[in-house]
Amino acid sequence: MRVVIMGCGRTGAELATQLDRRGHEVIVLDLAQSAFRRFLRHDFKGKARVGNGIDQDVQRRIGVASADVFVAVTQGDNRNAMAAQIARHIFGVAHVVCRIKDPSRAEFYRDLGIDTFCPAVISTELLLGSLLGERV
Amino acid sequence: MYIIVGGGGKVGYYLTKGLLEEGHEVLVIEEDPRRAEQIADELGDIVLVGKAEESLGDAGTSRADMVIAVTGDDEDNLAVCQLAKVRYHVPRTIARINNPRNEAIFKRLGIDATVSATSAILAQIESEMPTYHAIPLLSLRAGELQLVEVRVPTGSPAVGKRIADLALPPGVIVTLVISADGTPRAATPDTRISVEEAAVAVTPTEAEPALRRVLCGQPATHPT
Repeated sequence: MRVVIMGCGRTGAELATQLDRRGHEVIVLDLAQSAFRRFLRHDFKGKARVGNGIDQDVQRRIGVASADVFVAVTQGDNRNAMAAQIARHIFGVAHVVCRIKDPSRAEFYRDLGIDTFCPAVISTELLLGSLLGERV
Repeated sequence: MYIIVGGGGKVGYYLTKGLLEEGHEVLVIEEDPRRAEQIADELGDIVLVGKAEESLGDAGTSRADMVIAVTGDDEDNLAVCQLAKVRYHVPRTIARINNPRNEAIFKRLGIDATVSATSAILAQIESEMPTYHAIPLLSLRAGELQLVEVRVPTGSPAVGKRIADLALPPGVIVTLVISADGTPRAATPDTRISVEEAAVAVTPTEAEPALRRVLCGQPATHPT
């Protein structure tokens, strides 16, 4: 599988490393080269590229059009949503995932057909499970 | 009309001022509390402090006639307009964009209009530079088509030829020819273009460099 990951923070870098170890073709994109040095594991053999993922010229250059999956996990909800929608609607990527921290807007983009996840919702579910033995 | 303005920077401030002077009901949403206070001091109690995309729920957006997002970040303007359009069914949404290439995705996602200062400034500068012979006048159909003005320079192979005999790229329509003294005439297949006359043409965006080569007879040196 060919995966483009936008945002090389802790989540992006860890996902990139794990997918790479499982033999997938991974391209990780970030605005700062320092993010690669800081967060990517030493055994990561995929590609790391500097660029702005909400710029469609950058998405074209790194080959988003031929990706099977596009994952947007930068710090900004709006950046993630915009990049994900460019990957979906301009480059036709079949599976687009993005992180949206605001629960209400995570739902909004999900309704628009973007696969979103919200860390606050997931943490809450985990905590409820751990504190009350509830499974949501 | 009730108009919500997202972003109280320079553009947002002057836009709001103008809209108020025209008698509209305006609400500005500005994230920076100090900036918000400044605007309120000058324009009155019309400012809501917060991130625009998170504040639409408190802004009476459902009854807004228009939402205009003018922060400096394209992704924020897209988020505000998309929410306004889809969640609050605002009839008209307008977004400021900085990267002119974003026009297509904004249109695709249902934003009614985009305004690109970058494009306007580039066009203005290019029109002032004698080395550029093609001036973008207007972008049509979400950027698929361009209306351009091309000045035909001395030495161009197009000089004196009938328009019908030019090897124009497919999809290009020359609509007007403007003489050096500024007199326009409608272009027909038999129209001939002289040196220093300008042709106004509609062209598919990707064919614009080829059109320029036909009319100017030189390789594309355009920076975009």
